[in-house]
Amino acid sequence: MNFLREWMMPIQASEHAAKVDNLYLFIFLLTLAFFVLICYLTVLFAWKYKRKKEGVLTINFQHNLALELVWSIVPLILVIGIFFWSFNDYAAASVAPNDALEIHVTGKKWNWTFEYPDGTRSIRSLHVPVNKPVRLIMTSEDVLHAFFIPSLRIKQDVVPGRYVDLNFTAIIPGKHQVFCAEYCGRDHSGMMGDLFVDSPAKYAEWLEKGDEELYKMKPADLGKMVWEMKGCNSCHTLDGSKGEGPSFKGIFGKTEKFRDGSTAVVDENYIRESILNPQAKVVAGYEPVMPTFQGLLREIEIKGVIAFIKELK
Amino acid sequence: MADTLATPKAHGHVEHHDVDYLHDGSLLSWLTTVDHKKLGVMYLWSVLFMFFLGGVFALLVRLELFAPGKQFMDAETYNKVFTLHGAIMVFLFIIPSIPAALGNFVLPIMLGAKDVAFPRLNLASFWIYVVGALIAVTAMVTGGVDTGWTFYTPYSTTTDGSVALMTFAAFVLGFSSILTGVNFIATVHKLRAPGMGWFRMPLFIWGMYSTAIIQVLATPVLAITLLLLIMERTFGVGVFDPKLGGDPVLFQHFFWFYSHPAVYIMILPGMAIISEVVPTMSQKTFFGYKATAFSSVAIAIVSFVVWGHHMFTSGQSQLAGAIFSFLTFLVGIPSAIKVFNWITTMYKGSISLQAPMLYALMFLILFGIGGLTGLFLGAMSVDIHLHDTYFVVAHFHYVMMGSTAIAFLAGLHYWWPKMFGRMYNESAARVSAVLVFIGFNTTFLPQFLLGSRGMPRRYYNYLPEFQFLHQVSTVGSWILALGFVIMAGYLFASLRKKMDAPANPWHGRSLEWQIPSPPITHNFHEVPVITTEPYDYYRPFEPSVKGHH
Repeated sequence: MNFLREWMMPIQASEHAAKVDNLYLFIFLLTLAFFVLICYLTVLFAWKYKRKKEGVLTINFQHNLALELVWSIVPLILVIGIFFWSFNDYAAASVAPNDALEIHVTGKKWNWTFEYPDGTRSIRSLHVPVNKPVRLIMTSEDVLHAFFIPSLRIKQDVVPGRYVDLNFTAIIPGKHQVFCAEYCGRDHSGMMGDLFVDSPAKYAEWLEKGDEELYKMKPADLGKMVWEMKGCNSCHTLDGSKGEGPSFKGIFGKTEKFRDGSTAVVDENYIRESILNPQAKVVAGYEPVMPTFQGLLREIEIKGVIAFIKELK
Repeated sequence: MADTLATPKAHGHVEHHDVDYLHDGSLLSWLTTVDHKKLGVMYLWSVLFMFFLGGVFALLVRLELFAPGKQFMDAETYNKVFTLHGAIMVFLFIIPSIPAALGNFVLPIMLGAKDVAFPRLNLASFWIYVVGALIAVTAMVTGGVDTGWTFYTPYSTTTDGSVALMTFAAFVLGFSSILTGVNFIATVHKLRAPGMGWFRMPLFIWGMYSTAIIQVLATPVLAITLLLLIMERTFGVGVFDPKLGGDPVLFQHFFWFYSHPAVYIMILPGMAIISEVVPTMSQKTFFGYKATAFSSVAIAIVSFVVWGHHMFTSGQSQLAGAIFSFLTFLVGIPSAIKVFNWITTMYKGSISLQAPMLYALMFLILFGIGGLTGLFLGAMSVDIHLHDTYFVVAHFHYVMMGSTAIAFLAGLHYWWPKMFGRMYNESAARVSAVLVFIGFNTTFLPQFLLGSRGMPRRYYNYLPEFQFLHQVSTVGSWILALGFVIMAGYLFASLRKKMDAPANPWHGRSLEWQIPSPPITHNFHEVPVITTEPYDYYRPFEPSVKGHH
C-alpha cells in the first residue's frame, strides 16, 4: 500500500498526516471496489443483454427486498464508519497542547508574515523546532486567505476581523511547502511560503540571527521597519515635529547640546550609544525616558536604524 | 400559430390538427410564442450557445495552464477567464439546461397536457433568462469579474470590475429559474392526464418535480444574498466585510445555503433523464420505481441541510462541521440506491447501444466516480487536506459535467428526433461519444492526483512538479473539444435533412413517443387516458393516445 500512498500524497511530516493518509487509503480502496463493481455490472449487462432482436418482451423484475436492503444498508454502515473515523482524527488535530509554541500568522495580499514569542518576525518563511507542538494564531489584514501545508495535511481559512488557529507537530526536519488555498486575487498563486522544520539548536540559532529576509533588505528599509515595529515611532517623528524624543529628520551630522551642557556631533557611534545606553547623553529639553534596547536589537538592525536616520535629510 | 392556444375558433381548429409545431417558422412566432415546445427549443439554443462560450473559456484556462508562468495571458486576465467559465457554466448553462430546455419540451407531453400550467409565465421566464444573460455579457465586457463564481466576500466587495453587475445578472437569472420551478410544480399537480396517478408518472417527472421544489425554495436565498452583496459594494452597507462590522463567513453560509441545493438542481434532472433512457433503451421495467422516485424527493429535502460541508476549513464551529459531515454522508445513500436501480434495470433487458444509451452508460461510470470521490470530501480530516485543491475541481466536474452535462447529452440525443423530426447520423454520434468519454477522463482524472498531491485550485502559476499532470489534462481538453465539434457537425447536418424521424425511434412507451415527431402544436388530438404503468415492457404495448393512427 505504501507505493499507492507515496504516489498520491505528499510526504508525511506529522503523525496527523499519517492518520489522514490511512483514512484516505481506506476510502480509496473501498470506493475503488465499488467503482469496479459498478463498471463490471454496467459493462457486463450492456454486453450480455445487448439487443439481438427487435420487439421482444422482457421480464418483469421490479423488486427484490433482500437486494434493496443490502445495497441501502451496507453503504449506510460504511459511510457512518467513515464519518466516525474522520471525525476522531479531525477532533484530535484541532486541540493544541498547553505547552504549544504560539506563532502569530498574518495573511495580506500576497504575503505571509510570522511573529514569534520573542518578537522576531519573518516573511514567507515559518521556522519551527522539530517535534514541538505549534499553535498558529492567524488573521488576515484584507481578504480571505487559507494557510495550507500539504505535507502536514492541514489547512485553515484565514479570516479578516477574527483569529483562527491551526495546530501541528512536525516530525520531519527540512523545508515544506506552504500555499495560500483560498482565492485572493492577482498573485494568489504566488502567495506561497516555506515551513522550515529545524532541530532545536538550529531553531535557536535562527531566532538569534533573525530571518534571512533581514539580510536581503536594504539597510535603510530594515531600519524603517525596526522604527515601526520596536516602537521608536511613538517618540521619534520623521517630519521634524517634537515628540517625547528628538525627531529623526535631519538629525544626522547635526551638533546636539545635552542636559549636562556638553555637545557632540550625531554620527554612527552616537546613534549606537543612544540605542544601547540612552541615558548616557540626553539632549537638552528632553526627559531621560528612553529605555535601553541592549539585547533587544540584532546588530544588523542597529546598522539598519543608523542607515535609516542617515537618509532622513 | 402561436395565438391558437388563446383563440379556440371552431373552424380553424380542424386545420391545425395535422400541422406540426415547427410549421410556423416566422421569427415573431418564435419570439412571442407561449408554446412550451418552442420555448424549450429556444432555451435549448440559448443554453447550447452558453455551453459553447463557457467551453471556450475552459479551453483558454487549460491552455494557459499548459506550463507554469505566463503562456499568453496575465494573472488578472486568467482570473477573469476562470470566473467567467464558472459563472457561465453554472448560471447560464447547467441550471437551465435540462429543466428549461428539455424539461419544457417534454414534461407537459409526458403528462398528457397541451402545455405547462402557466404558458405566459413560461415565456416571461425565457425573456428574463435572456435579460439576465445580456446583463452578464455586459458585465463581462465592461471590466469583467475576477471573484470566482462563488463571489466570496470581502474580496468581491473590494475588487475592481463589474462585480455588482454580474451578481445582478445572477439575481435576475434566479427569477427565471424560480418561474420555471413554479410552473412545473403547478403543471405536475394539475395537468396530469386522466389515469395518471403520481406513481404512474415517468421518473423524469419525479426528477423535474424534485428539482422544481429546490428551485422555488432555495433560489430566493441566493437572490437576497446577492442583493446584500450589491448593497455592501455599492452603498457600503456592512453585512459581510469586517471593516464595516460584517462577517465574511456569513456570506459563505448564505451562499452555500443556496448553492448546495443548487448542486442538486443540477444533478437531479440528470438523474431524471437517465431514469428515462435506461428503461426505454433496455426495454425493461424500471427496477425500484418508488425507491427512485422517493430518493429524488429525499435528496431534495436533505440537500438543504448539508451546505456546511463546503466550509470545513472556513472557521465555522467544529460541532456544526461534524453535523454537516454526518448529513453529507446520509445524502449519498439515495444516490447510491439510484445507481444500483439503474444497473439492475439493465439486467436481462434488450439493450440497444445507440447514442442515448451510450451516454447513459457513460453517465453511470462518470457519476460513479463523481459520487464516490465525494466520500473523500465528506470525511472531515481528509477534506481538510483536499479542500480548495484540484481534487475538488475534479470531483465537481465529474458531477456537473461528467454526470449532468452527459445526462443532458443523453437526453438531447434521446429527444432530438422528437424535437426536430430528424435523425442524426448514428455512426458520427458514436465516434463523438467515445471522444467525449476519453477526452473527459483524460482532462479530469489527472486532476484528482494533482489535488491529493497538494495543488491548490484557482492558481495561475504552479510549481514545476505539477506540470506533467497539467499537460495531460490540457491535452484531454482538446480531445473533448474535438468530440463536441463532431457533435455540433452531425446535429446541425441533421437539421438540413428532410424530416425522417419515426414517431417512436426507441420503442418508448411514455406519451411523447405516441405522438408524431415533431409533435403538433396542441400535442394531442384528444386527451390521452392512462391505463398502464410507465415502463410495462414485459407486456404488449397498449397506446394511451388515440387519433394519430
